[in-house]
Amino acid sequence: MENHYEEIQEMLSRVDGYIYPNELELHWGILVVVYPYITGLVAGAFILASLERVFNVKVLKPTYHIALLTALAFLLTAGLPLISHLSQPLRAFEIMVTPNPTSAMAVFGFVYLWYLMIVLILEIWFDYRKDMVIWSQEKKGPLKWIYKILSLGITDLSPKSIKWDKKIGYFITVVGIPSAFILHGYVGFIFGSIKANPWWSSVLMPVIFLFSAMVSGIALVMIVYMIVSFIRKVKVDIEVLDTIMKYLFYILILDFTLESLDQMHRIYEAEESFEIISMLVNGKLSLTLGVIQIFLGTIVPLLTLGLFQFYKPAEKIRKWVYFILGFLILIGIFFMRWNVVIGGQLFSKSFYGFTSFKLQLVGIEGLGMAILWMVLPIFILAFLLWLLPPWKRAED
Amino acid sequence: MGTKESRSSRREFLKSVSAVTGLTVASLVASPFNAVLIASEPKGETGPWYGYGIDIEKCIGCGRCANACKAENNVPDKSFFFRTWIEQYTIGNDGSIQIESPNGGMDGFKQKLPDEDIFKSFFVPKMCNHCHKSPCVQVCPVGATYDSPEGIVLVDDAYCIGCRYCVQSCPYGCRYIHPEKKVVDKCSLCYHRIKKGMNPACIDVCPTGSRIFGDLRDKDGELVEFLRTHNCQVLKPHLNTGSKLYYNALSAEVR
Amino acid sequence: MPVQIKRHLIILVIMIGLFLVLRHFLVPESYGDLGHYRANSLQDNEKFEIIHAGKESCNDCHEDMAELKAMDLHSGLSCETCHGPGLAHMNNTDSVDMILPDGRAFCGLCHEKNAARRTDAVIQVELKVHNPDKNCTYCHNPHAPWELRNQDLPEENF
Repeated sequence: MENHYEEIQEMLSRVDGYIYPNELELHWGILVVVYPYITGLVAGAFILASLERVFNVKVLKPTYHIALLTALAFLLTAGLPLISHLSQPLRAFEIMVTPNPTSAMAVFGFVYLWYLMIVLILEIWFDYRKDMVIWSQEKKGPLKWIYKILSLGITDLSPKSIKWDKKIGYFITVVGIPSAFILHGYVGFIFGSIKANPWWSSVLMPVIFLFSAMVSGIALVMIVYMIVSFIRKVKVDIEVLDTIMKYLFYILILDFTLESLDQMHRIYEAEESFEIISMLVNGKLSLTLGVIQIFLGTIVPLLTLGLFQFYKPAEKIRKWVYFILGFLILIGIFFMRWNVVIGGQLFSKSFYGFTSFKLQLVGIEGLGMAILWMVLPIFILAFLLWLLPPWKRAED
Repeated sequence: MGTKESRSSRREFLKSVSAVTGLTVASLVASPFNAVLIASEPKGETGPWYGYGIDIEKCIGCGRCANACKAENNVPDKSFFFRTWIEQYTIGNDGSIQIESPNGGMDGFKQKLPDEDIFKSFFVPKMCNHCHKSPCVQVCPVGATYDSPEGIVLVDDAYCIGCRYCVQSCPYGCRYIHPEKKVVDKCSLCYHRIKKGMNPACIDVCPTGSRIFGDLRDKDGELVEFLRTHNCQVLKPHLNTGSKLYYNALSAEVR
Repeated sequence: MPVQIKRHLIILVIMIGLFLVLRHFLVPESYGDLGHYRANSLQDNEKFEIIHAGKESCNDCHEDMAELKAMDLHSGLSCETCHGPGLAHMNNTDSVDMILPDGRAFCGLCHEKNAARRTDAVIQVELKVHNPDKNCTYCHNPHAPWELRNQDLPEENF
């Protein structure tokens, strides 16, 4: 307790102005930044995949399965930062058993399970069934049985059966698009519906979350595609990259427009919270918002991709620029979540002062845990790419 | 000829039908407008419905209420969490506003500016407002915080998962995570005392009678009398929380 | 219906069934009786330990003190305002003592001059000026503050 008391004195010394005493420590830390980021990546990767399947953008075919497997790998770990953030994690099941119908957070369990099981897993299953059956016949040993179980023993490979696979898969993808919107949109609604916090309370919050999610998911799939191709020593199809970046460009414009609209509205109306929020944006968030999210994460990609619409440099240069832009966008969108979650807690609800956030390195809410939850999906993705390799599929 | 006649009779028919419908609809919506701006009693329930009053003119910032509350409710002394705290507002002649709550007001206050520089100064005790339309009850994902039949917002220690959504949604900053119990904690209006006919601890120890606790349904009671004879306001009325914590002499600077 | 859909539907039904069974065991009793919460929590919240005895509860044992206090300006105060929580002492008079506040700072919590304190709410003095080297209790009986004693201090100390 003494140690904690010293920590409290130290935190108090960094308070600026007046805060309600209970606001001294931030309650939602980096893990609550990581969760929306991960579900955003999932939703965005899925939207990219559905561009190929539902909107027939054939050029994107090489990224279709990578997008689905990436979405699956990240979705499997999406719940973990949330559960590890609870102060009573062993009671986490309560949210499934007695969800409060007036709480946006209560839909988490059901939306998550719906999306994981009915949309993602089933779509991947219907797409891979034929291959899993063939692999179960080709492989030997335990792998044979794994594929057999995965394919649920449905070994019919007649054209009629394959046609059913494709039809059902298509239907699931169509259902999956609004499901992806809800999966990530409800997170935006969780923030957007808190009237007590003017930085969060906004009609546009779910929409902004969704569009930034799409941007980050698309960038992630492109980077995975580039890295996987590099590891396999296979040439990256520049047309694929150009198309991906074109869609990313359009969606980034929409995202930027929406966020600008939100800020313009806030600045114009200048209601009660305006002064403290201006101080927040110009002060504590000047680096993470102004420099990282807006300049590096949005303006630089927008200008570069805008330029590329008129003047396309050589393929080699484009590849490297796309790779770098992809990372800038991933980092920028991470900090968008940071600015929303952490930023919203830095100023007092009394509008009279600021507290500070000190990111712990270790501990249950520390940077170490956050990195773990971000790195774990990469290992899962590697495993999935080994188990269900998109490039070793049987030809149609 | 036939068609012309049937067309005009059809038109007449439609006209009369729409007239009748319009009148019916108009009469349904034209009932007297019932504006409800502050906490209104929940329908169909009996028994007490508790509220709280604070007279800012009487609060002297002694901090006994905050001390008694921590002792009564097992809130660790050295942690910086409070179920109730007191704020000192000092408004200077130059228009500056200084607000402070050193250790929640538990150790008392010092005057911030010399007398001649002070325009206005006062103490504001804060605590859970036991909102009738509470945002914290609305957002709890598992139903671990609820509005009791007596109108007191309580926490279910055995059920709270510690997601802190309620902490974020409380506009008054009165909720926190108890450092030892590891669940959400907040003012319970000393539920364990009032169910035995005692007063909340803060009420008993207040030396000036600045805190008033009572049944909003008891029209002859102390709280209703306080509301009737003073100009009371609630904090952040624009958020429509149905707050049942009524302040007398609440100055415009208070948030 | 193709075998794929059939088999998946079976799995779905089994999973929903399992969930409903689990849920039956996991929902705590009394949940939903009064609203979307565990109704038994009301009783749980009643069970916390009482720490303060209450305003008039000291009068039975400390009759003289109560009578003295009732005649002076501190009559409206609860004993526990200054002496802290009293139930433990009430139940265990010999082994648990009440707090006996000492020092000028304690009285200053109420009586130190502060522009935020209305003069019609409490009498205030500037502690730095008002007999700074004596305990308040030298002159003032805390239970009867205007029953002054030891009136031997020089004028300028006020």
